[in-house]
Amino acid sequence: MTEETGRIQSISGPVVKCGGLPSVRMYEVVRVGHEQLIGEVIEVAEKSCTVQVYEETSGLAPGEPVVATGDTLSVELGPGLLGSIYDGIQRPLPDLRELSGDFITRGLTVEGLDKEKKWKFTPSVKAGDRVEAGDILGEIPETGIITSRILVPAGVKGEIVEIVSKGDYTVVETICKVKDDHGDVHEVRMMQRTPVRVGRPFKDRVGMDTPLVTGQRVIDTFMPQAKGGTGAIPGGFGTGKTVTLHQFAKWADAQVVVYVGCGERGNEMTEALEEWPDLKDPKSGRPLMERTVLIANTSNMPVAAREASIYVAVTIAEYFRDQGFDVALMADSTSRWAEALREISGRLGQLPSEEGYPAYLGSRLAQFYERGGRVKTLASEERLGSITLCGAVSPPGGDFSEPVTQATLRIVKVFWALDKDLAARRFFPAINTLTSYSLYHQTLERWHREHLGEDWPELVTEAMALLQKDQELREIVQLVGPDALPESERAILEAARMIKEDFLTQSALHEIDTFCPVGKTYRMLKIIVNFAKQMSKAVETGVGVRRILEFSVLDNIARMKITPWDSYEKTMDAIEKKMAREFQSLSAEPDGSSVMTPGVVQ
Amino acid sequence: MSKESSIVYRTVSDVSGPLLIVENTHNVSYNEVVKIRAPSGELMTGTVLETGRGRAVIQVFEGTRGLDTDLTAVRFTGETLKLPVSTEILGRVLDGSGQPLDKGPPLTAEDHWDIYGSPINPYARQYPRQPIQTGLSVIDGLNTLVRGQKLPIFSGSGLPHNRIAAQIVRQAKIPGEEGDFAIVFAAMGITATEAQYFMNSFEETGALEHTALFLNLANDPAIERIITPRAALTAAEYLAYESEMHVLVILTDMTNYAEALREISAARSEVPGRRGYPGYLYTDLSLIYERAGRIHGRRGTITQMPILSMPQDDMTHPIPDLSGYITEGQMIVGRGLHRRGIYPPIDPGPSLSRLMKEGIGEGMTRFDHKEVQAQLYYAYSEGRDLRDLVAVVGSEALTERDQKYLKFADKFEGEFINQGEYEDRSFEQTLDIGWNLLSDFPDRELKRCDPSTISWAKDRGAYKPR
Repeated sequence: MTEETGRIQSISGPVVKCGGLPSVRMYEVVRVGHEQLIGEVIEVAEKSCTVQVYEETSGLAPGEPVVATGDTLSVELGPGLLGSIYDGIQRPLPDLRELSGDFITRGLTVEGLDKEKKWKFTPSVKAGDRVEAGDILGEIPETGIITSRILVPAGVKGEIVEIVSKGDYTVVETICKVKDDHGDVHEVRMMQRTPVRVGRPFKDRVGMDTPLVTGQRVIDTFMPQAKGGTGAIPGGFGTGKTVTLHQFAKWADAQVVVYVGCGERGNEMTEALEEWPDLKDPKSGRPLMERTVLIANTSNMPVAAREASIYVAVTIAEYFRDQGFDVALMADSTSRWAEALREISGRLGQLPSEEGYPAYLGSRLAQFYERGGRVKTLASEERLGSITLCGAVSPPGGDFSEPVTQATLRIVKVFWALDKDLAARRFFPAINTLTSYSLYHQTLERWHREHLGEDWPELVTEAMALLQKDQELREIVQLVGPDALPESERAILEAARMIKEDFLTQSALHEIDTFCPVGKTYRMLKIIVNFAKQMSKAVETGVGVRRILEFSVLDNIARMKITPWDSYEKTMDAIEKKMAREFQSLSAEPDGSSVMTPGVVQ
Repeated sequence: MSKESSIVYRTVSDVSGPLLIVENTHNVSYNEVVKIRAPSGELMTGTVLETGRGRAVIQVFEGTRGLDTDLTAVRFTGETLKLPVSTEILGRVLDGSGQPLDKGPPLTAEDHWDIYGSPINPYARQYPRQPIQTGLSVIDGLNTLVRGQKLPIFSGSGLPHNRIAAQIVRQAKIPGEEGDFAIVFAAMGITATEAQYFMNSFEETGALEHTALFLNLANDPAIERIITPRAALTAAEYLAYESEMHVLVILTDMTNYAEALREISAARSEVPGRRGYPGYLYTDLSLIYERAGRIHGRRGTITQMPILSMPQDDMTHPIPDLSGYITEGQMIVGRGLHRRGIYPPIDPGPSLSRLMKEGIGEGMTRFDHKEVQAQLYYAYSEGRDLRDLVAVVGSEALTERDQKYLKFADKFEGEFINQGEYEDRSFEQTLDIGWNLLSDFPDRELKRCDPSTISWAKDRGAYKPR
């Protein structure tokens, strides 16, 4: 594509109209003005085109040049992504700081990957091998956690005519030459450039039968996420969207995490940057930052780049998926992304639909979430990779009936509803168990039965039934007071209180409680549900709830949360024994009957 | 890129609301400053909102009264809006766009800074971790303010938010570290009486000489409010990042600011978002709020305390709602507490300081702070729930445990939240009051506290279970 130069015709915020670029195409990247601001074509007319500019446009004047680049908005993919922090168009923030100081100025060009750094490459193929797109050419120990694989790029298939030997190479050196069936030789480098607005190709979608274990009890129990699944966390401000997403990013058992802060607070990104390098991955003991890519487009950074940041993030996630990793992508917040769409659409004078959002809001959201999933990647061998997408939604006034929440709920399979009332009582995570849901319970059932316990689904159902019953009883209590309830129902209230306080609340700040291994979650749930059952049985035989509440095992149960990750089994065994003993003691008392009839909780 | 032009345009084609439209323009850039001479000879200032195809749309800060399409002369300066910055700005009273209002000399300038500023690189930010002691238990104990934070006060008409803000300014400090402290006060559309109250209060404590005031009062042009917070924050940035001061910026009242923004948006017939506010209100507010912070390698900090009045006490109104999404928490002034005569009537339920968790504990406030805070919150919200219940069933129907919580809620409001307007409590005092109130409960009821912390508090004599 030859370089063409056009002229700016008009400017309105981030939207610039320009003329004199006859062969410019949709979504082509252009350089705007004397300062060469980065922009992208979003509308093409006969004599003019409209560009959204990814940088602040103050001081730009009509008549300034616009240069087409012939390229679409792309990211650089290769070793060096992990541990980085980028802005919305993949410019590394540390490099920007070096160039322009503590504040981000305009017209800065920095490339996404370091072109000079050498990586230790170990080839796993030899000359003469036949390869196709997606096949592994070699490996690079990128960080202490992740060994990344260098793949044959899409569209390349044939015989290897040359491959470098084991050694140190930069991402732009040719490491391999592949001759295809037409006799053309393709040079393969470690770095690939991929356009962000279309998904990277894969072979097939496959079923999602493994949970993404988040280490958060309420989620792993009541609304589990699957590897490759999609989920949304809507909630008003202060309900803990960001904390929940940060918890996912820190503790979820994904291999690679891409976290995009889209139109949110600067300090939240700083928190991640300062805290995550010090946190250790529970499995490998290495800093969590070694498996993480951060993308920061904070609310005060240019709006148009906010729109792009989501695509940049998901393309990076796809790159790791194609290597066969389980990737989790957290987007905080998709509402800000939708608002960026709205702002651009408004400046283009497009006809608004609901609440000023453009009519294509729903389809854009769907396109984004559809890039998640568990797939068979390109490659001659069978390799599985997944992208789990979790997006925060910030509904105005906490009202879930607004367009972004509703459009999102039509697509995602897991819904974690944050509740303002719970947050106001500092009940965290403030996830409302009764309105939230996961559609993956059935597909994950087998995994749960095999890895946790045969009775897991029943325990979950019973706990949920208690919470549901509790909700109904509370309405009655509000009217008539707790004294009017029969003992059996007061037992249910107490059991629900235990589930809520001793199981569901989890402190993100406590060094142990912040993460709960799923095995521990299972044991805790089992103890509480068993306690509830036995309490109900005892009450049926005439024992007062008050008597049971005097059990000293209750103190142990209340402190189950803070038993260490690696030695909880013993503690749980002890609690179970003590619990059995204390219930036994009831039947020994004169007022309790020694015969207990089996009863179930309604 | 400066192109101070001597061309004067007399081609105004339209004056509507706060906007002025000039035809046949050349090379006018977006956001540049415009000088306007009205037929009466009065000089006005504006900025370019839209430019292209030989036409420029200008917002006029002083309002368009007296402008016509015939004699009005317009000159484009080629510059974006700049504020002369220096430490001499302290002690001065300026108008909403940074022109001196007092009888002092014109502002001296070390430099001229663009009032729109540039976003702080998130990588350059340093996470705020130093607590500020405001001397108010309800803030220090439950929702601690941290240097570099943006923590707004959500209030309503008739509530004492100004008194609270003034008390914070009087008392705010970092225990054991008295650094250079400055206040930048930006008033947008508040009444002269309110402005006077703040000035008196600053004067009383000798704070006035390290305060810069930007006053756009209720009877000043509304459009000028668009630049008032930006000019104030530019001054604050200079003081913090060049002169190494800790700056507290008070912006009051953000509701008036947002209304000015809406007025311009409506005049440009933009597609409105919720309640007629423009769709970019979130972005616009964040450009103001995100200018708070701390930067690696620089000593100064900017802490923001915007005050906004919620129309009809409605927290879901776009202004408090969008602010809450950007700021790091919020202080809610509660009408219920105020009516019961509690001062400061900050309602702990919906109030929140997001940065608190990193700013409290050992070495910052006291090691037991997190646990006490969690326990007080739990007990108070239990008590509040029971109040609703008692209203229906009467207090006799409650269990003994519930009675305790009910009583606790009253005592908590009366002794912990409530304090004098000139009472300055230290972190230690605040936490000890908390323990003392918790003495109504036995050990095992304190599930949010570690047993070792409880016995520490017993040894200290702060927690004496009855």
